[in-house]
Amino acid sequence: MAGLLHLHSTLLPSASALRHRAGAPAPSSSRRCFRVEAKIREIFMPALSSTMTEGKIVSWTAAEGDRLSKGDPVVVVESDKADMDVETFHDGFLAAVLVPAGESAPVGSAIALLAESEEEIPAAQSKAASFSSGASSSPPAQETAAPEASAPPSSPPPPAPVAVSAPAPPSPATQGGARVVASPYAKKLAKDLGVDLFSVTGSGPGGRIVAKDVEAALAAPKKAAPVTAARPDVPLGSTVPFTTMQGAVSKNMVESLAVPTFRVGYTITTDALDQLYKKIKSKGVTMTALLAKATAMALVQHPVVNSSCRDGKSFTYSSSINIAVAVAIDGGLITPVLQDADKVDIYSLSRKWKELVDKARAKQLQPHEYNSGTFTLSNLGMFGVDRFDAILPPGTGAIMAVGASEPTVVGTKDGRIGIKNQMQVNVTADHRVIYGADLAAFLQTLSKIIEDPKDLTF
Amino acid sequence: MSLSAPSAAAAAAVASGAASSRPNAIRPAAGLRFCGLRREALGLRSSPQAVAARRSVAAAATAGNGAAGSGGFDYDLVIIGAGVGGHGAALHAVEKGLKTAIIEGDVVGGTCVNRGCVPSKALLAVSGRMRELQDEHHMKSLGLQVSLPGYDRQAVADHANNLASKIRSNLTNSMKALGVDILTGIGTIVGKQKVRYGKVGFPDNEITARNIIIATGSIPFVPKGIEIDGKTVFTSDHALKLESVPDWIAIVGSGYIGLEFSDVYTALGSEVTFVEALDQLMPGFDPEIGKLAQRILINPRKIDYHTGVFASKITPAKDGKPVLIELIDAKTKEHKETLEVDAALIATGRAPFTKGLGLENINVVTQRGFVPVDDRMQVMDADGNVVPNLYCIGDANGKLMLAHAASAQGISVVEQISGRDNILNHLSIPAACFTHPEISMVGLTEPQAREKADKEGFEVSVVKTSFKANTKALAENEGDGLAKMIYRPDTGEILGVHILGLHAADLIHEASNAIALGTRVQDIKFAVHAHPTLSEVLDELFKAAKVKAAGVSHSVNEPVAA
Repeated sequence: MAGLLHLHSTLLPSASALRHRAGAPAPSSSRRCFRVEAKIREIFMPALSSTMTEGKIVSWTAAEGDRLSKGDPVVVVESDKADMDVETFHDGFLAAVLVPAGESAPVGSAIALLAESEEEIPAAQSKAASFSSGASSSPPAQETAAPEASAPPSSPPPPAPVAVSAPAPPSPATQGGARVVASPYAKKLAKDLGVDLFSVTGSGPGGRIVAKDVEAALAAPKKAAPVTAARPDVPLGSTVPFTTMQGAVSKNMVESLAVPTFRVGYTITTDALDQLYKKIKSKGVTMTALLAKATAMALVQHPVVNSSCRDGKSFTYSSSINIAVAVAIDGGLITPVLQDADKVDIYSLSRKWKELVDKARAKQLQPHEYNSGTFTLSNLGMFGVDRFDAILPPGTGAIMAVGASEPTVVGTKDGRIGIKNQMQVNVTADHRVIYGADLAAFLQTLSKIIEDPKDLTF
Repeated sequence: MSLSAPSAAAAAAVASGAASSRPNAIRPAAGLRFCGLRREALGLRSSPQAVAARRSVAAAATAGNGAAGSGGFDYDLVIIGAGVGGHGAALHAVEKGLKTAIIEGDVVGGTCVNRGCVPSKALLAVSGRMRELQDEHHMKSLGLQVSLPGYDRQAVADHANNLASKIRSNLTNSMKALGVDILTGIGTIVGKQKVRYGKVGFPDNEITARNIIIATGSIPFVPKGIEIDGKTVFTSDHALKLESVPDWIAIVGSGYIGLEFSDVYTALGSEVTFVEALDQLMPGFDPEIGKLAQRILINPRKIDYHTGVFASKITPAKDGKPVLIELIDAKTKEHKETLEVDAALIATGRAPFTKGLGLENINVVTQRGFVPVDDRMQVMDADGNVVPNLYCIGDANGKLMLAHAASAQGISVVEQISGRDNILNHLSIPAACFTHPEISMVGLTEPQAREKADKEGFEVSVVKTSFKANTKALAENEGDGLAKMIYRPDTGEILGVHILGLHAADLIHEASNAIALGTRVQDIKFAVHAHPTLSEVLDELFKAAKVKAAGVSHSVNEPVAA
């Protein structure tokens, strides 16, 4: 998949980089380097999504000196979306870890060295030493408190927290501004609560960060993951850098500005849907699943709304209808995907949905579980929002914003006044591939399906 | 009995002392035992027959006081060092009718009573209770409400100190009462069967002894580069006085001493950082127990750690600056980082205290400070020969640095001196770590057992059980724990038992007794355990074991009947 493609493409640049870094000018020694390189391979930071530029190492599954077979998990990496197990593509021995757990590295940079046989391990380790002293990506002189502490990314872009938090005094560690001195409990809390220690000011003896400093930095220490969009209180008056996930969201939103979009709204009566929901709720069916299914069935009849424009000059028609549903999780936003929503029955869809939400909260979604959406649903109805318009995620053709279903006074066709439950939906679409009429027709179909939902439960 | 005049008074005093109920002796609860000391140590009344026997023995021993003892020596046995090892040997020697003297240069009771087992267990008792009371979740689950538990540091320290004083005086009195001569001063061996002792500033005395036991013990080992100031950088000796409770303390060494102190300090509100030279914490334990111990004793507590590093330099706190600890990689020796903490406890092991013993006078050379001995605790000289009539027990010989091992070795030596050969089986000596929950073990760890099995060609089986299966543990809501037994499925021999859980230190003795007596699994599984008790954890292990042997004899030591 996307990750694999990146893997191959970055192998070559890093190989040449390796030769450069080995620093031997003479051709004979570069040949020697090449031979050495074939036996000592790099394990490098993979791109786990098309938007990932940097990853943080959560933990090393294998340790230095371990024997690995192709396919064995080596390291767990936090991408912009979830925590991923990264496997090795070759047999060998994990000779040297270049980037320890807790630190970040840019996609494509080497994070460990794999020696083909045990004899090469010492050679690899000495290469590792020259690696880190030569490359600017992992300055060993920059001490961090402990592997468990969430350290700032040690990649070429200057560590944002230290530069940005100039107004706030940096944690007054006694030796050099780059160190963090934090007590054991403070470190544990920071790790559990996702607080970056570099952005916390210490109030303990000698400027040490203690537990209550971490709690204060969070302002409202909460352990339970909020169910919907509830976010922890923000520390007012301070600048807090983006997490990997927030950085990705920001990047996507900025990219979407390049796409010409338009919006069409529609009001749908949901009485029949509500009744159906009441009937099958006990079987584990959720409103999200019902809406996703209805949308998918409407998309079957309007495939152009399921298409996207990848290169600015063609329609990319997707072979499956994958409905991505936006979910707010602690500190971020993610879009788990219900694959083939038109083909899967409503009960399986609901089960799958529950599974995906749990995985999303635990940050364990695999890339294909959040990357593969062809149409996105965003629902703010639970807050009472009646209508809103959503920003189109890059790579898709349309996103539908769903408001709350409210009892509304309506005039019926036979001249009477009645009350019906109505909800407003608003679709944002890419006008390069989806035109007004297409979108309007799709919405008309959708409203028909929702107002007569017997087919939702085949 | 007729006694020569000068000693009549002394003998009478001893005799009456042994017979009467000794009103001055402190009487703790009956059956109190610890550290291998025996009933006599605590002034408990013995049966009349035993008392009479002791009386006559004591009288006979003091019969020649001042005059030449049996065979022209001043004493049958002189013990250098009145710690647990020396004390245990002394009591047994008196029981065997030997005229005994014990030389002590500091305080009676040695490390165990004054700077070790006794005060540390007092502190651990406090920390255990504190931890329980502070565990709101635990209390709530039992239906209890406890509001804001707190402690008075001085009162806690006093509890430990008072206990140490009490036990110290019990020990002294017990030895005095039995007629052991307590000689004050540093003892030095000046020649074969000759010992000199004396206090600084006083003239020396020289005495002769048919047999000499060295029982001088050990002191905390402080690696070079570490500056001890007793207040912010200190060893267990100072820590047990509990003069302060630091906010953040680094403990160098994650063996059982460091682990017990981490239990005390975290319960009293400190945060702890372990500095361990090897690659994993708690290297001495069975690896499975070690992993579970980490999950229960370290991860949920305010403890973090650095492994694979040495503390190359530790500077005490001064002028408002914290204690600075420089860490270097254990293998590459390059600087890794510097810790800034409020206090540092050095728990890197104990070094034998054998300087000034005069061993060079008898051609004995210590190895890293330890006195070389053979299986019978006889001292070996520089040429590898046994030095006759000279023994060394306890921490000073380094075989098994535990208090009860020292006294067991002492008893073994006295048996030999009394004419009965005795070789102590060290594999039957249990060990315990008094954290909450406790850890205990006897015999081999699983890797050690498997290694032995590979070499000698037998099979090894392992059975395990969780404390979660035990009714009593669940009733206390203390289901965290594991017990495992390693045994030979062909003979039923128990190779090792390891327990982590509530009261593990008490439960291990069933297993250590079995190993000492050679009891086989297939026989002990029929023993009945009261219900509901924690000992059923071991019952589970015994019953779960599968042994292929179909014998009827009760001990592996008995010859197989033809």
